Amino acid sequence: MSKKRPESEYQKTFAFHFFRWLSGSKDPYLGEVEMHPQKEYQIDPEAALRHEKEHDAILDKVYDPKRNMGMKLFHKLYHATSIIFCLFLIALLLVTISWLPATGTVNRPVNNEVAERYIEKGLEETGAVNIVAGMILDYRAFDTLGESHVLFTATITVLILLRLNKTEKNEAELSDRRFEPKNDAILQLVATFLVPIIIIFGIYVILNGHLGPGGGFSGGAVIGAGLVLYLNAFGFKKTERFFTEKTYKWICFFSLSFYCLAKSYSFYTGANQLHSIIPKGTPGAILSSGLILPLNIAVGLVVACTIYAFYAMFRKGGF
Amino acid sequence: MGPNLLANYGEAVAAILFCIGFTNLLLQTNLIKKIIGLNVMDSAIYLFLAEKGYIAGRVAPIVVNGVTSTEAYINPIPSGLVLTGIVVSVSVTALMLSLTIRLYTRYHTLDLDEISAQLKKEGK
Amino acid sequence: MTAFQIILMGLLIICAVSVSFSKNLLNAILIYMSFSLVMSMLWICLESPDLAITEAAVGAGITSVLFFVTLKKIRAIEAAEPEEKEESKDE
Repeated sequence: MSKKRPESEYQKTFAFHFFRWLSGSKDPYLGEVEMHPQKEYQIDPEAALRHEKEHDAILDKVYDPKRNMGMKLFHKLYHATSIIFCLFLIALLLVTISWLPATGTVNRPVNNEVAERYIEKGLEETGAVNIVAGMILDYRAFDTLGESHVLFTATITVLILLRLNKTEKNEAELSDRRFEPKNDAILQLVATFLVPIIIIFGIYVILNGHLGPGGGFSGGAVIGAGLVLYLNAFGFKKTERFFTEKTYKWICFFSLSFYCLAKSYSFYTGANQLHSIIPKGTPGAILSSGLILPLNIAVGLVVACTIYAFYAMFRKGGF
Repeated sequence: MGPNLLANYGEAVAAILFCIGFTNLLLQTNLIKKIIGLNVMDSAIYLFLAEKGYIAGRVAPIVVNGVTSTEAYINPIPSGLVLTGIVVSVSVTALMLSLTIRLYTRYHTLDLDEISAQLKKEGK
Repeated sequence: MTAFQIILMGLLIICAVSVSFSKNLLNAILIYMSFSLVMSMLWICLESPDLAITEAAVGAGITSVLFFVTLKKIRAIEAAEPEEKEESKDE
């Protein structure tokens, strides 16, 4: 058993100093070594500026195409090569075209049995007078469904890219007001006459898609253009009475899901030489050709909403 | 050279337009002009497809008076393909333009060379 | 009809070339608009009225409007943030 020593005596031992140094509670150099008082490091503003300028100059010299000789040479070479390549491409394509069968003649590989089938049986099988409409909305309807989804996806992506939050939105609206003359009397008067006519023409083009030239895509684009004109003349307050983000969402949802369901229904009942229970009607009547008219309306709604949505999002980042 | 260059003048114009658009895409530094060049290329391809379906002396594929013989109408397939393509090209244009706006808000320039120079200066 | 078609195609090439050489962006967009309009006339010559309607509404209408709005937005950004632009140049 070791004898008990008082604390004052222990403080003089080496072990006490060693452990205190180890735990870091005391700096052994403090008060023992001669030191200059430490100052905080201060950046010399002039030197820093010079340093930054030098850095910028180096970067400029390396990356600025106007001052970098190698980059300049590369640019010249790039221009020359691309022009030569394009001339070569023109020559190559023209030579290829000169060996193609002549335009306007009948005996070409393009005019094969598929086109013959569409023309000969199209009216009978789809009931559409316009063979193109019968083709894209009956024989190749899945293609058109994919295309409507391309439009929808593009709208969503543009919305992601251009979306603003609430305060930014208000600012955008304000700046929009600042940069555009509102309540232009001439524009408003012209729009009052033109917009109904444009929209009625669009509806006519959509509803006559199976009877004449036109259809969902063109009619939808015409209606969208009419809406854009209305928006330009009267501003967002008037259009937001009937068209907001919610309207867009529901119209697109119902149109696209109606298209999906209608087309899968048609496939289940009409494919593989089975008889479709949807009546074809007399060719030439407005209520004919089975599903083509409702599908045209669905596509037209999607296209019109998409075009309006593109414009509204470009204008103020949301609608 | 083959025998049909003069008869195929529509296709030749389509090829030349395609190359003009492609040159625009390669040489223009302005982003909006690049997008216009891409649109010109689009139109050239549509023109080529439509020329392929055209047959002289026949009418558009809309049945008139119940005549459904192949001799009366042009080929409807290219029309359908191009109709699909035109609408898709609009959505592609809108997407590219929105990307352009994002680039402009970040770099305050439309010049692609300046954007790449700024990118390199930032060390990316 | 063939002569008309050739004139339209010549116009197409002129429009495409002058888009490449125009300095002003607004001019380039207007020329592209006329390019689409000529194209939609050409569709009528090629017996595709469906395409003509779609091209006139979409190519000459909507695409050009989208280009115009982009230009307007870019000008608005330019006008709204001149100080920021200088700052970003200094960096």
